[in-house]
This record gives sequence, structure tokens and C-alpha cells, in this order.
Amino acid sequence: MNRFDYIRPATVSEAVAAASVPGSAYLAAGTNLIDLMKGGVVRPERLVDVSHLPGLDGIEHFPDGGLRIGALVRNADLAHDADFAARFPAVAEALLSGASPQLRNAATVGGNLLQRTRCAYFYDVASACNKRTPGAGCDARGGQTRLQAVLGWSEACIATHPSDFCVPLVALDAIVEIEGRSGRRDVPLESFYRLPGDTPERESVLEAGELILAVRLPGTAAAFAGHARYLKVRDRTSYAFAIVSAAAALQIESGRILQARLALGGVALKPWRTRAAEDSMAGEITGPDTFRRAADIALADAQPSGDNAFKIELARRIVVRALSQAAVGTPKRMPALPASPFAAVSGAITYV
Amino acid sequence: MSEFTPPKAPAHIRQGSSIGQPLTRRDGFLKVTGAARYAADNHPAGMLYAVIAHSSIACGRVSFLDVDAARGHPGVVDIMTPQHKPELAMDPDAKLHPFMFRMDLLQNDRVRYATQPIAVVIAETLEAATEGALLLAPRYEIETAAVGLDGAESFVPPGVGAGNPAAASKGDVQAGLAGASLRIEATYETPSQYHNAMEPHAIVVAWHGDTLSIDMPTQGLVMTQSRIAAMFGIPPEDVHIRSPFLGGGFGSKGLAAGPQILGVMAARMTGRPIKLVLRREQMYGPVGHRAATRQTLRLGADGEGSLTAIDHHAKTTSSTFDDFFEPAADVSHTMYASPAIATSHEAVRVNTGTPLFMRAPGEATGSIALESAIDEMAQACGMDPLAFRLKNYAEVEPISGKPFSSKALRQCYAQGAERFGWATRKLEPRQMRDEDGMLVGWGVGTATFPALMFQGQARAVLRADGSGVMETGAHDMGQGAWTALAQIAADGLGLEIDQVEFRSGTSDLPDAGIAGGSAHTATAGIAIHGAGADVIAKLADLATGDERSPLFGAGNTGVLARAGRLFRRDDESRSETYGDILVRAGLAEIEGRGSSAPDPAALSAYAMHAHGAVFAEVKVDPDLGQIRVTRLIGAFAAGTIINPHLVRSQYYGGMIWGMSFALHEHAIIDPRSGRVMNPNLGEYHIPVNADVPSIEAILVEERDPYVNALGIKGVGEIGVTGSAGAIANAVWHATGVRVRHFPITLDRLIERR
Repeated sequence: MNRFDYIRPATVSEAVAAASVPGSAYLAAGTNLIDLMKGGVVRPERLVDVSHLPGLDGIEHFPDGGLRIGALVRNADLAHDADFAARFPAVAEALLSGASPQLRNAATVGGNLLQRTRCAYFYDVASACNKRTPGAGCDARGGQTRLQAVLGWSEACIATHPSDFCVPLVALDAIVEIEGRSGRRDVPLESFYRLPGDTPERESVLEAGELILAVRLPGTAAAFAGHARYLKVRDRTSYAFAIVSAAAALQIESGRILQARLALGGVALKPWRTRAAEDSMAGEITGPDTFRRAADIALADAQPSGDNAFKIELARRIVVRALSQAAVGTPKRMPALPASPFAAVSGAITYV
Repeated sequence: MSEFTPPKAPAHIRQGSSIGQPLTRRDGFLKVTGAARYAADNHPAGMLYAVIAHSSIACGRVSFLDVDAARGHPGVVDIMTPQHKPELAMDPDAKLHPFMFRMDLLQNDRVRYATQPIAVVIAETLEAATEGALLLAPRYEIETAAVGLDGAESFVPPGVGAGNPAAASKGDVQAGLAGASLRIEATYETPSQYHNAMEPHAIVVAWHGDTLSIDMPTQGLVMTQSRIAAMFGIPPEDVHIRSPFLGGGFGSKGLAAGPQILGVMAARMTGRPIKLVLRREQMYGPVGHRAATRQTLRLGADGEGSLTAIDHHAKTTSSTFDDFFEPAADVSHTMYASPAIATSHEAVRVNTGTPLFMRAPGEATGSIALESAIDEMAQACGMDPLAFRLKNYAEVEPISGKPFSSKALRQCYAQGAERFGWATRKLEPRQMRDEDGMLVGWGVGTATFPALMFQGQARAVLRADGSGVMETGAHDMGQGAWTALAQIAADGLGLEIDQVEFRSGTSDLPDAGIAGGSAHTATAGIAIHGAGADVIAKLADLATGDERSPLFGAGNTGVLARAGRLFRRDDESRSETYGDILVRAGLAEIEGRGSSAPDPAALSAYAMHAHGAVFAEVKVDPDLGQIRVTRLIGAFAAGTIINPHLVRSQYYGGMIWGMSFALHEHAIIDPRSGRVMNPNLGEYHIPVNADVPSIEAILVEERDPYVNALGIKGVGEIGVTGSAGAIANAVWHATGVRVRHFPITLDRLIERR
């Protein structure tokens, strides 16, 4: 590991000041950053350890049903917060489908938003990667592409964003609270990430030194609590990133959809919200026809970035299934295998 | 065929009750509390850390290393390169016998596979050595890498596996196929897989003058000892290796490999003790792997569903510089009766580390293909897959015609099927759904593994205080050697297990043979058994020849050793403790020796194999293709079971490995660079707990009078075989889609619907 400075600021403003120096990186739980440093994938000159900053590890509930989640809240603590899980069940389900219990116990909300892609060519420092070295090229193109993006990719980058948590968050209009040298600002999560274009090294709208303080969910998002699911298809039952995932949330009255929310994970370099598909469902009757039409709209622009055309058809089917599950209603208890197609399989002892 | 007589019972009988007991592992407490000392847990005074810098290219040469930058990093002590390294007494590329793995010890600047060691940085701290290795920033002259099964011209290898011929046959396969009423031909592919023991290869090593003190995990203490000694030109007895525990080996720690030798070289060069531990990604090259295969099976059957021909051809990969060829087709020698059988192999040399034995080498790869093909043939015949297997049951070993020393496979089929509920299976695929709409499929696979034994030795001591000692340099890779061998030792000495001090795991003890081929319990166990017999016989001689002993004159009728006493066989009221016999004779202790070796007469007379039947239930999402194994039941017959608790664990581990083979494991190799792109346990998938909901192993009774004196067969590898095929067959039964490319992943089910 390279030599680096380690700074442990006492306040947010000290942290922002320290991290504004070029070559700095924020350290929270380090579940991703430390691996990247050990592999020589990133080599920050200074680590600004924010894991002990005061006031960032709470969950505040607002009277309108919305809430504010501190950036240092652990993934597991948030998922197991009963009030939170009751209002935003799809978010809790997504959290519990991610990583492993050990990682969820450590990983933070802010860190989850900022985790890096799992593209193997990003991690393999001998490969060309425009994210690591702008202008170097992309060895993922023409390489192993099974899990790469089918939406929003560019010639410069075909990687995907790996988060589960962010998929329902983006569907539910989450807001990211950011503090920087010029003060505090709110950014909708939907516009927080950048698509790769020609500058895949710029992954979010964060400016140097900016720190995520919290994620807010509006009270209006809690109105989907009765019909909200997250579905994640993966290569093994647990501890695997999504091949494709979907968050689906509906407001239904007398069998008709008042409002729909839909976002996809594992398909693009950001959690992929599909407003056109959402709009197509408004006023429609719940059912396979409505959901299939929404799926077709959601994937209308999808293009394989290599040997991964199957992900497009898979994504369509996942959308239909997730919407169908949401229409049935949020289960009273968190499934033993959260977000799994096998969530409903009964009778077996399950472990995640 | 030579005459064979089963071993004659010795005059003196020993009785014990440890064998067969389901003891929990005796080292469990140490492991759970962290007190078990693995190689890398050692920190001799003055120790330095060595970190390997490895090649990122698969073919070419290293043109530049920034040695100055690395040397300038604080804490870096020295850097070993092809230009700066200690002399070796032997060429690392020499191969004097097939069990010698060619090694990359910085002999030149050539690169022949990705992750090949190209330098070693030695530093005061692990961090400094790691950073030093990064600072070397190698430059290369890159040549085009040969990658994969089609990466080079193929040839017929000189032999496969551990010296089997590349081709074998009996009968006329062409005629068998031509005369068949039904024929199938299918090609199956299996990927490169890596052993991925939890504990990476490691060494902590110190030179004391010209002798070596080493902590390292090894499955072959004595072979490793002599290999290291030869590399440095010192006598083997001057190399002392401690390997009390291995965090898994699976074949990758059987033969000494380059990285650990580099540690010894670093210690030589610096004059200080060295610790060298492979990083996880460095385990994907220089320490062996299971090579990819492409197997074509052609089967013929008559109108009654009897096989008329089995033709099994396997193509595999090996490295450009060494010879190991996965013997995938050989499994067809022993499994199903057929008047005509032909097996053959071809290989390509590509830019990969040399493949090696990996848990059920050949049997695992061959079995998943053969079991899939047998299922396809059963389907073609319109027969239940289990009925088809019974119809083609091999009463004698198909390729050789030899009788089996024992074969309780019918009981395995019957007990497994009964427990599983196989009788209600629907013949056609895609007929079963569960209450949630998931497709349900049932599959069966036959398991087999040869019952091997190597040469081993043991030393037994009985002491005047009534206790015993048993010594053999055995290897506990997690399978439970510390426990199972101590059970055999206790019975061999006629003592309770707690009265026996069992010494194992170091190179100064009698050679217990390599812990491979599922042969360790038999090899070490028979040596222990023999050492016990020897020491009891000597003790009996003392007693029966001494007129002061109540056993005087019992030499002809013999004595019986039990609970620390010798009894007259014809009059158990006359007995004496071991201690009394020794004290009267004025001896503090008495020593015996035992050895084990396969019996050539038995080997030529009998085919010796363990057998089993595995039944799998899978559920498959009809739209999304995600697969989950929901039940896995294996019934295995492997002769005498020394410890049913540990054996069940071995079967579980093997069956989960089979599941991993069928559904998960594969090295993702970039076709251009030849690099493994998932060299870590996050992305190189093996099953997690949630993938293993219900698993059962049935221990089927089997007595084998021929394999060895205790009737022990092996249990370590057989669980892999059969399981992988059973799961593949269950996926077909659930979906109607026959995936012939392993692992079976959901995209193959999605695309083909």
C-alpha cells in the first residue's frame, strides 16, 4: 500500500477543508476503498476519515412521513430500523439483498452511494480503463462483457453501478444533501450520477471536497409502502452483485394504478429510473399487459455493449415480475431471502 | 491374473472401540479459538516480509523493472530479480519424475503466464514490501498469448493424470455405435477452475547455517522436504518442515510450488527469516488449477436400453512448459457396462500456469460430462435415468473386466432413491412446479473414485506408565486427520484415545505419504495399524516369554490387547497391564514400526473404487432463469468408516464442491491478455450458505477385505463426482433445456427458451 496522510477531522467543515486538497479521498467504513487501495486501483495521497464525525449517524423521521438518513448510518442499522422498513420497504429489501451481513454491518449510506463500479477491467490495473486513467481506452470493450451495461453506456465506458440501495432510492425521489466549501446543496439522486459519455472518470456531480451528509426521502414516497418491491437476479443466492435488478412501487386504487415508480439496477452506470415507463402505467389496470408495455418502454433504448444481449430480455422480465409483485402488495414480513426470486420459496431453512 | 490371498489375521488381536465413533475433531477447540497455529501465524525474531511482484502479461519478457524506485522505498531491504538472486543447486525447469512441478524461480526474464513471479521485494514490513513490489512498475515486450482450448495446435499428450495412457479401449466402439439402435453425440465444456484454499500458500522460513526451519502448509511433507533440499543442495534431513494445519489444500499444496521456494531463496539472500504469503490473486497461476476441458461423448444403445458403446474424448489445456493433462475421459473406464469403450485425450499448450491435481482430478470433469450424456441417452431410450443406470450397472470393471474388490453401488442407488423419493419422478422434463410456480427438476448422478493407497510409515511406542505414542507425518487439511488417525492409533495400541499421544504434521516423523488421491486415511492409517501390531507383538513376546507373567506360554494361542492390558485369547481371566509387563522387563518403553503400501497382487486381481449415488432437486425461475438447489442427497459406500461424523463432513464438502462445479465456479479469462479477470473470492463464485439449503449424506455399509487390512477406501473426493452431474441433470429435468457448457448460468436458460 502506498504511503498516505491520514486525517481525522472533528467537524464537517474541517473535513471539507481537508478533503478539498487535490489527491484526497474520504474514508468511512472503507469496505470498497481499502480493497481498491490494496489493489493499487486508487492511490489517494490523503485519507480524510469521516467515520467519527458527529451527527451523521442518525435517522430522523419527519411528520409528513419523510425522513433523513445520516450518511454514516450503517446499511444494516437502516434496513433493520422498523419505522424505516415500514415506510420504505423496497429500500430495506434492497439493502438486505446487498453484499453480506458482515459488509452491511460496516458499510455506510454515504459510502454505498459512492461505491465504485465492479467492472473487472477497472479493478485489473493492467487493463486500460478510462475511469482509472482518462483517455487510456476501455479494455472491457471486446473483453468479458457478460455483466456490462445495456443502457446509457458509451464507447469510453460500459461499466455498471453496483448499488442495490440506490435503485429504490432513485425511484422514490431521494435527495442527497451535500456539503462543500461553498455551502450546502441538495441534489436529487436521479441527477447525482453522470453517465459515462467521454468522461467516465467523472462519476457524480460531487466537486472536490464535497461530502455527503445525508439522504432524504420525501413523505410522498412513503405513500408507495403498500406496493413496493425490489427484485434482484444474480448468479448465486446471496453475496453477488445484481445481473439485473428492479425497484417497483405502485399506488393503486380499485385495481388502477395512480402512480408508478420504476428503476433498474445493474444495467447502466447509474441506477436507471424510467419515467416514460412509469407514466405509461398511470391510470392503467394492474396486470401483465400494463407491465409488459412498461417493460418494453423501459428497455426501448437498450443496446448490448458486448455479449450481453440476454440482459435486455432479462431486464424486461424482471420489470414485469417486480411490478407484478408490487401489485400483489408488500409482504408483511421481510422475506428470508430479500429481493430473491426465491423469496417466496417456503419450507426451507434460509441463510443470507 | 495373479493369486491373491486376503491378509491373514495375526496371532495377537487388538480390540478397540475408537474406530467407527463419530468423534468431533480433536483440534476443533484450537481452531475455533484461533489458537491453532497456521504457517503464516509464525513470526520468528528478526523476520522480514517478502512480497512477490507478478507478471500482468501472459507471454513475452520483462524488459525493465524499476529496481531503484523499489529499493528507495523506506523499509525495503532487498529485491530479488533474475540478475540478483541466490544460486540454486538444481534447474527449476528440471523434471526428474512426473510428481515434480516445474517452477518459476526468476531463472530468466521470460514470462509464460500471467501472475508468474518476476521479482520478490523484501522489506521490514508487509506494507513496505507491498509498495516496493508496486513501484517496480515492470515494462514488458509483449508477445501474443495463447489462450483457451482453441489457443494452439492440439496434440496427443504422452500421458494423462498421474501417468495414465492418453488412450484406452476395449471392444469395437465403431461397431458398437454402428450396430446401436439409438445413438447420441454431445460435446460438453468445463472451465478453468482454481483451488482457492481459504489459506493462501505461505512460508515462514529461517536458515540456520545450512539447515532450514520452515513453517508451510503442505499435503506432502516428505516430498516437499526432498524437493526443497534438492533445490538448495542440502540433505533432506536438514530441512525441517512444520505443517500441523492446512487451511485447505485440494491438491494445490501437494507438490512444492515456486512461490514458497522463492521465500527460501529470499531468506538465503538476506540472511534473515522470511515470511512470504501469496496474495489471493497470485493463487491464480503458479500453484496449479483445474484445466478447462471440451469433451465429446458418443454413446450407443440397443433397443433394450443396454449400452453398446461408450466413446469419450477429452481435449484439455496445459502450460507451455510443463506436463499435466486433466484425465477427464478416464472416468468412463469404470462407470457403466458396455461391450465397447474407448477413451482418448488431446491437449493444447497455452499461456497459463501449469494445471495440477484439483479435488477429483479427471473424475470431476469427466463425471459431469459422462453423467450428462448418460442422462441424454436415458432420455433417448425413454427410460428413467436411474433405471437406465441400473440397466447398465457394471458388475465388473468395464475397461479391465476385473471384479470389484467391493461395490455397494446398488445399495447406494436404492437408499438414496428411497430417501429422496425418486419413485414419483416424472419422466418428461418441465412437468413439475412448486406452489410458487417455480420449475422443479430431479436429477441423479453416479459417483466414483478409485480406492488408492500410497507408501507410508508409522512408529508406535508403549510406555511403562501405560500410555502410548503414535507418530506419523500426516497432514490435516481440515479433513480431520488429527482425529481419525488418532482413532486408528488408539485401536492399534489397544488403548483409549486419550491415552495415546498422536504426533503428526512435521517432516521429522515417519513419512505418511502424500495427502492426496483420497488415500491419506488408508495410507497413514494402515501404517499406524501396522506399527500398533508390531509394538503389541513385541510386548506380547516379553510377556509370553516371561514365566513371572500370567501370560507366560500363551505365545501360540496369542493374546488380545484391550484397554491397556494383554489377555490370553483362550482364557481372558489371565491378563496383565502393558505397564506391568514393561516394568518387570526393566523397560521404560517399547517401540514398534509399521508401514503401508498397495498390494500389487490385490491391485492386479481387483478393481478398487468407492461408489455413490447423488440425487438433486433444483428449482428454476421459469422467467428469470435463476437456479437454486433445494435438496441434495448422496449415498456413498467407501468401505470401513473410521469416523462417520468427519466422513459426513467430507461428503458434504464434496457435494457442495459438485454444486459449485455445476452452477458457479469458473475463471473468467480475458481472451486477449490471458489474465484471469475474477481472481478473488468476491467474483470467483463458489456457493454461499444460502445456496446450500438442505444436504444429506447416507453412509452405506460396505466391507472390503481386499483394499487394505482395515478395509478403508477414500472419502475426500468422491462427493464431487456424481453431484455435479446430478444437478446438471436436475436443471434439464426442471427446464427441458440441456446446457452442455459449465457452469450452468441463467443466461443460457434465458437465451435458449
